[in-house]
Amino acid sequence: MTWVNAVVHGILLGGFYALLAAGLSLMFGVMRIINLAHGSLALVGAYMAYLLVEHAGITTYLALVPVLPGALVVGYALQRTLLDRSLRGGELVPLLTTFGLLIVIANLLQYFFSPDVHGLSAGGIGPANWRISSSLTIPWFDVLVLGIAIGVLTTLHLLLRRTQLGRELRATAADPDTAELVGVDARAVYARATAIGVAVAALAGVFYAMRASFDPFAGPTQLIYAFEAVVIGGMGSLWGTLVGGVVLGVAQTVSAQIDVQYFQLGGHLVFLAVLVVRAVGQAFELGLRLPGGAGAEA
Amino acid sequence: MNAVAAPAARVERWTLLSASFTAGLAALLALLAFAPLVLGDNSIDNLIQLYFLVVLAIMWNALAGYGGLVSVGQQAFIGIGAYGTVFLSVQHSLNPYLSMLLATLIGGAVAVPVAAIVLWLRGGAFAIATWVVAEIFAILVSLDSALGGGTGTSAVLAFNLRYTPEQRLRYTYWAALAAAAVLLAVLFLLLRSRLGASLQAIRDDEDAARSLGVRVLLGKGVLFVLAGAGCAAAGSVILAWQLSIIALGPDSVFGVNWSAKMIFMVLVGGLGTFEGPIIGAVILFLLQTYVSNSGVWYFVTLGSIAIAVALVIPRGIWGTLQSRYELQLLPVGYRLRRDG
Repeated sequence: MTWVNAVVHGILLGGFYALLAAGLSLMFGVMRIINLAHGSLALVGAYMAYLLVEHAGITTYLALVPVLPGALVVGYALQRTLLDRSLRGGELVPLLTTFGLLIVIANLLQYFFSPDVHGLSAGGIGPANWRISSSLTIPWFDVLVLGIAIGVLTTLHLLLRRTQLGRELRATAADPDTAELVGVDARAVYARATAIGVAVAALAGVFYAMRASFDPFAGPTQLIYAFEAVVIGGMGSLWGTLVGGVVLGVAQTVSAQIDVQYFQLGGHLVFLAVLVVRAVGQAFELGLRLPGGAGAEA
Repeated sequence: MNAVAAPAARVERWTLLSASFTAGLAALLALLAFAPLVLGDNSIDNLIQLYFLVVLAIMWNALAGYGGLVSVGQQAFIGIGAYGTVFLSVQHSLNPYLSMLLATLIGGAVAVPVAAIVLWLRGGAFAIATWVVAEIFAILVSLDSALGGGTGTSAVLAFNLRYTPEQRLRYTYWAALAAAAVLLAVLFLLLRSRLGASLQAIRDDEDAARSLGVRVLLGKGVLFVLAGAGCAAAGSVILAWQLSIIALGPDSVFGVNWSAKMIFMVLVGGLGTFEGPIIGAVILFLLQTYVSNSGVWYFVTLGSIAIAVALVIPRGIWGTLQSRYELQLLPVGYRLRRDG
């Protein structure tokens, strides 16, 4: 039963990872860039909520009301100032600038908020559990996060499939130049995609802060988890991100069941295993197609 | 001959300037070997830092500047170099300097299977995969209580049993200088070889290079293994220089701050140029020595300058000078020169 418990908790944790990864996945899908500052931007959302909770005395959930529109603005501005220019510089430049941003954000957070760990209250639901048996409990907060993740992914799916903005996003993702020819302003579309991506990151960041204590250097770890969920689920697929998040979460909780210290390691190893399977698959496919193997890479 | 003859041209590699500069640099490196006889301990200590920064910069540039591989996980190999040296010298009582050499080779050996896993990925996917690899090594070390677990370890005993502090400083200085000189020479010769020509083709346009029959994966693999060994060499020098390791956190040997430093040096100096990263290393060294070497504003400055350079002068200092004055002091390419 403890193993069942571990798997159930892993599935629920996967909901959180899917929420964390949704924004990263959206930005990658539209612009083909990986925002290395994604986890740090999530953390900025958490610190903004922390400021509001501490100084305005509101609940964490109410703090989302100003934090999310704020994050939309931050994302829009980020695209217009930094990322647009980076995209014009070629494939490598967005990586270099978002990595620089990650370092700047982590150190500024440390300067303004001290290196101490902080936490945010999840309200009455935080410690509440549904006890099914002595060894199987379901935390309501985790169910809430999974529900929000599914809600966010469904909203993004409908946005992409059913709205004018969604059609423009998909057209720009497929071919920005052709999209421009039919009257789509690719840069405006990119700015909206990043705005949405950063807002979803901030949402995930606030829920992260309610789940666990956080410090200024927690961003990179969250980026890595988000990216692992995206890769395990298949890059660029929103629902794959949910599957990837669940696989990552289960790998972590089951490893932690063996030994608490193996929590992170288990997730990383599953991620590497997925990479190895893909590498072998590609080598095999290329080997069949190009017997000489010269210049083989897809 | 055509009636309108094309201007006769010849392909040349060396110019008088570049030949004398290369010879001068080699002479300078030889001369620096005698520095411990002249300079004080403080200067020697500073030069050790400069040398491992040069090594880190040229290795990161080999990956990003020539292979198009932006790694944010080279700290994996820095950590392997540092912990490998501790493992061999403290736990197996080998000579610490022999341990540093062996740890360097271990770094190169570990890079082979890692390359097989991550080199299929491009762009950001490659970047984060290398980071995950670094995290895995950091976790494995923190799980091993013999290596100090989560608190870190020290090699004070291994060095102090055999050497006086003065001897250790000198030997570490020579080891650091040798690492920098050898890796510079290896990279220089590698880039001038046939493989080097294909690496520079990959740098300029990977897809075009592949369509011309360049073996892209092989070229990238060679760079990745060289960078693995080079960063492990730097890690072993860092260990011998500071003697102790903090296990975890952003400032540890497995910390991502090393990547921030490497990216800063290479971008500021000139990504994809041979000379640029050396200039970048000197700039970071001067910044660390005369302004600050740690703390919040140090890293905010490094990150901001890296962003600004990437956006405003993507060729960096040396790349900009090179294209303006057609300079090439350490020639790894060819020049086309019109006769007459």
